[in-house]
Amino acid sequence: MAKVKLSESKINKIKEICASFGNKPGEAINVLHKVQGEFGYLPAEVQEVIAQELNVSVAQIYGIVTFYSFFTMTPKGEFPISVCMGTACYVRGAEKVLDEFKRELKIGVGQTTPDGKFSLNCLRCVGACGLAPVVLIGEKVYGRLTPDGVKDILNEYRS
Amino acid sequence: MEKINIIIDNKPLQVEKGQTVLKAARAAGIDIPTLCYYELDGVKLENRPGGCRMCVVEIEGRKNLAPACATEVAEGMVIHTCSLRVVNARRTVLELILSDHPADCLICPKSGKCELQDLAQRLGVREIPYQGEQSTYRKDMSPAIIRDVDKCVMCRRCETVCNVWQTVGALSAVNRGFQAVVAPAFEQDLAKSPCTMCGQCVMACPVGALSEVDLTRQVITAISDPKKTVVVQTAPAVRVALGEEFGMEPGSIVTGQMASALRRIGFDYIFDTDFAADLTIMEEGTELLTRIDKFTKGDKNVKLPILTSCCPGWVNFFETNYPDMLDVPSTAKSPQQMFGAVAKNYLANKLGIKREDMVVVSIMPCVAKKFESQREEFKENGNPDVDYSLTTRELAELIRQFNIDFKTLPVEDFDNPLGESTGAAVIFGATGGVIEAATRTAYELFTGKKLEKVDFTELRGLEGVREATVDFNGTPIKIGIAHGLSNARKLLDEVKKGNSGFHAIEVMACPGGCIGGAGQPFHHGNFDIIRKRQEAIYREDAGKPIRKSHENPYIQTLYKEWLGAPCGEISHHLLHTHYFDKSKHIEIEG
Repeated sequence: MAKVKLSESKINKIKEICASFGNKPGEAINVLHKVQGEFGYLPAEVQEVIAQELNVSVAQIYGIVTFYSFFTMTPKGEFPISVCMGTACYVRGAEKVLDEFKRELKIGVGQTTPDGKFSLNCLRCVGACGLAPVVLIGEKVYGRLTPDGVKDILNEYRS
Repeated sequence: MEKINIIIDNKPLQVEKGQTVLKAARAAGIDIPTLCYYELDGVKLENRPGGCRMCVVEIEGRKNLAPACATEVAEGMVIHTCSLRVVNARRTVLELILSDHPADCLICPKSGKCELQDLAQRLGVREIPYQGEQSTYRKDMSPAIIRDVDKCVMCRRCETVCNVWQTVGALSAVNRGFQAVVAPAFEQDLAKSPCTMCGQCVMACPVGALSEVDLTRQVITAISDPKKTVVVQTAPAVRVALGEEFGMEPGSIVTGQMASALRRIGFDYIFDTDFAADLTIMEEGTELLTRIDKFTKGDKNVKLPILTSCCPGWVNFFETNYPDMLDVPSTAKSPQQMFGAVAKNYLANKLGIKREDMVVVSIMPCVAKKFESQREEFKENGNPDVDYSLTTRELAELIRQFNIDFKTLPVEDFDNPLGESTGAAVIFGATGGVIEAATRTAYELFTGKKLEKVDFTELRGLEGVREATVDFNGTPIKIGIAHGLSNARKLLDEVKKGNSGFHAIEVMACPGGCIGGAGQPFHHGNFDIIRKRQEAIYREDAGKPIRKSHENPYIQTLYKEWLGAPCGEISHHLLHTHYFDKSKHIEIEG
């Protein structure tokens, strides 16, 4: 329906994923899951193709994407930051750490910096409560973090 | 059907197995309040997400209160619809819904017809004990429909009609929690979505979250301007529904009172869209016969079946969804637009006034007609053939503003020459009517014989898809009829496969045709109202002295004085149109 700006190969990849789920409307969540795994996020153009393949309206696909917090329409940064907001981390000041990241990066939760370097998200408990508060950057774990330490950590990645 | 025994409010009842508590109660005359529930039983459409919790009842032996709309009756069930526990819960639910609802009832377009307002009154809510955040969403204005989702109660009735009945897919619930709204994809404007402007979402909306664009003020301004000649036309379905706005029984025929009300409001000429409906039959019927003639002579390029093109929601639908079939529908303009073209060319000339000094107002049972009237191809140097298209409801609003006591109005006639019409034009208002009207004329033109029985009852009814074969003196003509765009889609997909064998197909977007149009008085899901309007349409037809379009003397004069022949040179320029591929009009921003 829309003016699709995707490359032919990307469109074919999406079609392939839809077909692997039998193009069934009931598999929309699984399809979106897999496509996001492939592309990292679900831009409008991608949703258009999925809607067409599954024969449901784009509005309904968009409804699913916006309902589940797992799905995202903004691309993740090169270094995705996840701040644990589980109970242990929270009581040990995770919120202040999160605020510091927001201030330093000038973005909100679920957003990505304009240069595409960092994206900021929250998660619930990574099973390292002994290190609370915990922050993940990519695969790397940072424990016992204080707001003062945020800038130094970011500088590791900024250069 | 198996019967089971239940007790509702101490009343022992024998009810059908498999139905809901809500239906069993309503059948027994017990009215459980509902909000998200919406049913059009005549077309088997139901919305019951069970989300609003207004209809909760107490069932003995069950711990939680149960939503009556989503709970099946069971043998021996004992139900209380108004125990203290239920009454308190229902009130709390309503207070919570109201806690995030704007309190601008005084100027809300739905005021007086709002189901939420009714509930607040019925349940005696005088204050809202919960204070919290209020949603602030932008207002979305399209040429026909306004979305004001701060008023949305997430009943999802609009979503169901848009997706199930129309298969348009413009609306869906998006986001979650407090941010949840019903919106088009990517929360774009409705005008950029696949919306057909049919307006059935407006009809279904229990509150003021969806409403039509109100043009009454512009019409009053035009009437007040002494330099303007203001001409009004009224669609067939309006006359069988307008009375409801003034407390009259559904199915009351108020053609004469409507004409006199329009005269009292101050319109200069009171004309009838029915006249243009007769004209549509002349053009569309001739087009059909030409195509059949070419087909029987072996022309491979001729497009059959011909599809009717009166319904603007349907036109928007095929332009968006079937761009490869744009040469299949009839090129005849809708009656509204034919009237506009005749008024601003033929009539303006006859009256010796300039096109710019004439204002054409239409009264339509329709919301999409507002969009149609503003299409660029229906304008000349920016001046539209139809300036303002009002709904039946807006006309009622005007009548009230002008302090007219509708019920005691004398019965008056339309003006001439554009006010005379036949029974064939009247039935345009009901599903199957356009094709029946076309059949009456096409039969006589095709066979050269007089049609003795003008009633083609096989074309009438409320089934979503209907098929009938009419015998044109030895030649079988296969006709298809669909109301609801989901049903149109079924027929269109058959046609696309190429073996449907139809000669002509009529499509109307709204349930029952225009009588169930989105511009009509709100029926709140009471389908009996639509049935009564339908009966009234055929009653009005039966009472007309002339019942075939081509016998309308003023139509004959129009061809003699001005048009020449149907589908001739002038017709081609003024009464026919063409369609556009709108499948790519949805652009993604950013």
